[in-house]
Amino acid sequence: MNVFVVGMIGVLTTMLLALTRAFMGPTVFDRVLAANMFGTKTVLLIAVSGFLTGRPEWLDLALLYALMNFIGMIALLRFSKFQNLASDEQAK
Amino acid sequence: MTGDRVMGESIMGPTVEIVLFVFMIGLAFYIASLRSLFAAAMLFGIFSLLSAGALTMMDAVDVAFTEAAVGAGISTVLILGALGLTTSVETRPIHHRFTAKLVVTATGLMLAYGTLDMPAYGDPDAPINKHVAPHYLYDSETEIGIPNVVTSVLASYRGYDTYGETTVVLTAAVGAILLLGGGVARRRRETGSSE
Repeated sequence: MNVFVVGMIGVLTTMLLALTRAFMGPTVFDRVLAANMFGTKTVLLIAVSGFLTGRPEWLDLALLYALMNFIGMIALLRFSKFQNLASDEQAK
Repeated sequence: MTGDRVMGESIMGPTVEIVLFVFMIGLAFYIASLRSLFAAAMLFGIFSLLSAGALTMMDAVDVAFTEAAVGAGISTVLILGALGLTTSVETRPIHHRFTAKLVVTATGLMLAYGTLDMPAYGDPDAPINKHVAPHYLYDSETEIGIPNVVTSVLASYRGYDTYGETTVVLTAAVGAILLLGGGVARRRRETGSSE
């Protein structure tokens, strides 16, 4: 069996686990962590599928997704701390 | 390379796409049942990443990247910005949502019925692969002289279209800069005069 097929199955399984955490997550931070992890899983999915279909150039795409995930994560964390995106005053 | 590709695809087939679509359906139903809008905003980001993954698996890499940039990047930021101006918990609906569910289900079924008419995914005999695509693929290098087919379609065959789009984007950027930068300059002038 191709090693990338095994990798793909592993990535999909971890995606399912991250989704489960995002569904159940009692606190906000469980969900933030799940969303962040899901972004990483998307990066891995694209990277593995690039090798699986014989196009390793997709690694560049995966890198861009990692940057994109970072922007959303900053916004989420900023919102959970300050309750809005504009001011630096901490929520009471 | 091509041999590898065929081998990888014959082992996995459309399995990965199907798994991703199942995840998306489950996530969509869960988001619809959520009351916390902050959690919904986060899960929308995940949904967008899932659809970007599915689009990448279907070889629509550029569409997937737009989906990720708009859906997981900017939309999350905009939704959170809107949440900062309102409350982050949805109020309970006063009346029953039966009608809304009925309308949504009926629309979904109609859309699914509409896809039955369409050619199969990746079908070489589909009209979109028969009309001008072969002409672009075979003749664009001699006609235009650019090795990249996408570039020659965008910059030459549809040159006026691209020109119009660029103008629209430029106008939007100039408008945004005037609106934002004007405020900053005025504030700076006001604070400068008070000093």
